[in-house]
Amino acid sequence: MSEAVELDPAEAKMWITVTINGSKGTYLVDQRLTLADFIRKQVGLPGTHLGCEHGSCGACTIIMGDKAVRSCLLLAAQADRESIETVESLAEDGVLSPLQEAFHANHALQCGYCTSGFLMSLVARLREGPIESEAQAREALSGNICRCTGYTGMVAALMSLPTPNGQSGGAQ
Amino acid sequence: MTQLSEVRDLEKTANLGTGMLRREDQRLLTGGGQFLDDLPFGDFYEAAILRSNYAHARILSIDTEAAKSLNGVIAVFTASELGPILKDLPPKVTNPKLNYQVRLPIVKEYARYIGEPVAVVVAENRYIAEDALELIEVEYEPLESVGSTAQALKEGAPPVHIGSETNVAVHLIQQAGDPEAALKSSPHVLRETLHVARGGGHSIEARAVAARFDGPTQQLIVWDNTQAPHYVRQMLATIYGVSEDEIRLIAPADIGGGFGPKAQFYGEEVLIPWIAMELNHPVKWIEDRWENFISATMERTQTHHVEVGFDDDGRLLVLKDVFEHDQGAYCVGLKVPTITMSTLPGPYVIPNIHSELISCYTNIVPTSSLRGAGRPQAVVAMERMMDRIAEHLGLEPAEVRRRNLIQPDQFPYAVGLTFRDGSPLTYDSGNYPALLDGVLERIDLAEFRAEQIEARKSGKFLGLGLAMFVEGTGIGPYEGARVRLTNTGRVMVSLAASPQGQGYETVYAQVAADAIGCDIDLVSVRHGDTSFIPYGQGTFASRITSTAGPAVWQASTQVKVDIIDVAASMLKIDSGELVIRGDRVEVGDDPEKGVSLAEIASIANVGRHGMSVARNQPVAIERTSYFKPSQAAYSSGISAIIVSVDVETGKIEILRSILGHDCGTVLNPLLVEGQVLGGHAHGIGNAIYEEAKYSKDGQPLTVSYLDYALPTAMEVPTPELFHVVSPSPLNPLGVKGSGEGGTVPLPASVANAVEDALRPFGARIREIPLTPDRVLAAIYGFQRDET
Ligand code: FES
Ligand code: FES
Repeated sequence: MSEAVELDPAEAKMWITVTINGSKGTYLVDQRLTLADFIRKQVGLPGTHLGCEHGSCGACTIIMGDKAVRSCLLLAAQADRESIETVESLAEDGVLSPLQEAFHANHALQCGYCTSGFLMSLVARLREGPIESEAQAREALSGNICRCTGYTGMVAALMSLPTPNGQSGGAQ
Repeated sequence: MTQLSEVRDLEKTANLGTGMLRREDQRLLTGGGQFLDDLPFGDFYEAAILRSNYAHARILSIDTEAAKSLNGVIAVFTASELGPILKDLPPKVTNPKLNYQVRLPIVKEYARYIGEPVAVVVAENRYIAEDALELIEVEYEPLESVGSTAQALKEGAPPVHIGSETNVAVHLIQQAGDPEAALKSSPHVLRETLHVARGGGHSIEARAVAARFDGPTQQLIVWDNTQAPHYVRQMLATIYGVSEDEIRLIAPADIGGGFGPKAQFYGEEVLIPWIAMELNHPVKWIEDRWENFISATMERTQTHHVEVGFDDDGRLLVLKDVFEHDQGAYCVGLKVPTITMSTLPGPYVIPNIHSELISCYTNIVPTSSLRGAGRPQAVVAMERMMDRIAEHLGLEPAEVRRRNLIQPDQFPYAVGLTFRDGSPLTYDSGNYPALLDGVLERIDLAEFRAEQIEARKSGKFLGLGLAMFVEGTGIGPYEGARVRLTNTGRVMVSLAASPQGQGYETVYAQVAADAIGCDIDLVSVRHGDTSFIPYGQGTFASRITSTAGPAVWQASTQVKVDIIDVAASMLKIDSGELVIRGDRVEVGDDPEKGVSLAEIASIANVGRHGMSVARNQPVAIERTSYFKPSQAAYSSGISAIIVSVDVETGKIEILRSILGHDCGTVLNPLLVEGQVLGGHAHGIGNAIYEEAKYSKDGQPLTVSYLDYALPTAMEVPTPELFHVVSPSPLNPLGVKGSGEGGTVPLPASVANAVEDALRPFGARIREIPLTPDRVLAAIYGFQRDET
């Protein structure tokens, strides 16, 4: 930490280099700026949302390195030399990814405020392996909170994803 | 020409009745949502609010000098700088008997709950604004406070409003028949006291307001994630003393959940736009979760003292319920307790009813409607007693219900009470036996009882709980829609109400496209901006489908007539021979002959400057319709829950949840099911997990999601849904509301199921939510220290 911390917290700044959704940039950030506010306000990617700012709701989930993390609990400074993925990276030229498409087809979102966080948690989870049962689907969803949907559509969306053996998830 | 006035047969419509996928999803799935704090506002100052940390205190002095001199702070406002707007925020629903107490946007002298606004800091950013909050010195004189209705109603309780002799806010009684005499003559009478705890709305997006005064147009523009944009505009115009045209209120296209608290009107909504005008600079305030816990309205706390009288067959003779309702520190509205009063009788024939409300003030953040709005508590009172009657007589709870249900040929059915909208409580339509049958088709009672007995042998305690309800929806006064043919030949539907995830852009396109008969891809829907349509009420009380729905239908049918008449005049042919197909109006038996909607718009709307128009040709194809229901439309439903209760840990596992629902005609089954499923999850939360706790003197004890448990995917089972369709005769679409029905019966059905499971212990469930400690206390008879 630089010694500026002891001076005026509002004045203490530092340079960070971050790769966000594949593009690398260098930014001058307030040392106390949260990673969520950095992504939303300074980088200008508002799709990552804040629901609780205390690490409980998961709305702010992004992927940093290979892990899903809560960007409300991290500082921008902690993302220095890291690679970050946000919800804005999922669709290509407006074409939804299979997971996004499954959310759409199964009415897995209503207000959509929680959706970015769920998607990013699930993208990280699916990279670890397929979701093959309803129990696994619920487990994968359980780190995030949705107040609108009752989760039914999200469970159905996950179960509809193709698994490596070519079946739909959780073949009964 | 054909003019459809009613849609009863969805088989014949192209779009209505189909589970069309949502148009809103694309932007929301890709991070392109238009939530208030996602909008590219640019150079707005940010506000943070200092809130009272006393449940009751007199403010002796506030020193803001240090805060003001902090680098980056623009200004600090307290009541003394805000004189012109220190005006009452009146309750939404009131009563002449209300012990009326003024609620100001910001504390002037007395703070009456923890969370009440005391000062506003405006700074270059929120970080600095929050730094400055810590530099404000407030000298408080702490006063005695009350943290529950029980405390508030005690003899000699400290007054929440000094100078008021009582903490009672209102005392109301409604009666049908002669309840006292019926209680005396009933062969059987059972009594119980039942308590439902506080819970919150917890939209994942908290509240937010931003404002900018637009010099060139002399208009105040306010962005507010409210459920009721026109209502907020009206309140602001009244408080600021300006005409409504001087304020443009915009509820952003995307709002991250509502559930009731965002339909209320708060001090922050008065403060932020005013401060933006004072500073002549745009300002925004984004509520954080901690603020939401202590300053957004909540609901639910009620204590019911209920008595039922019945005959040997279990037929209800009389219902008497006296209940205490927690109004919080101020009366934001009396809607919730008055809804409770009239929801009590539910689907049953009850000749004698006494429904009595004692609402009181406490030193807690005010209450107002939350998904369910007073109904879950009423259903707890009624449905818990239906189970007790069954137990008393040794009957199946389902059988006791069956014997008391209002029959399908009894509609319209006058209950004998008055609903919150001021109209007599008269159910418009329904089929309650079909709801009960729907459950019994899915659960074989004899089989379940055998299984229940068998399971007990291995220490497994299974229980079945039912709860039925009737829910007033679609209330007045009116809702509006404006439908317009645009220059490009498209149809633009503008709604007054703003959605919070209900899919208005999809379902109202379905309504308009079917009314007009054009291609649905030509229809766009926008909403939530007071500049789109002059008047409206808002999204609350499950009212939009049955108010805005008919308004869109009516305006669209009128637009259709105009379109065809213009085409008739252009083609010089009788309008009766024309039909709308895709984006054209064509001669029925000669499709080659026709004009496009764009050409019609060009003739009728653009016109030719200065030239006269044929006599019978309409101009300016734009119709605004306000639909005014004559009374509420009554949805109904049933919940059946099968639980397994762990008698060592008090944990409740839901094995099956069945939900039957009747909201009249279903315009989009996908969206209706979504509403019911979401409501069901909220109901599970209320039944088992969610509780806003306070100390005896009003200190909030649950102010994060670490201590207030919102259900996750692990706690909410997927319910088995079924629909009964009893179209409402009150509106041309036959629709009723569906936003709350999933929530309403759950606390009662889960409690019934748990008590049923624990019958071998003689356990009595009297308090909800059914947290493990309450379950264990009910089994083993522990005393819990309830505040
Ligand atoms: S906002 Fe980060 S977990 Fe809720
Ligand atoms: S869709 Fe609204 S919170 Fe999940």
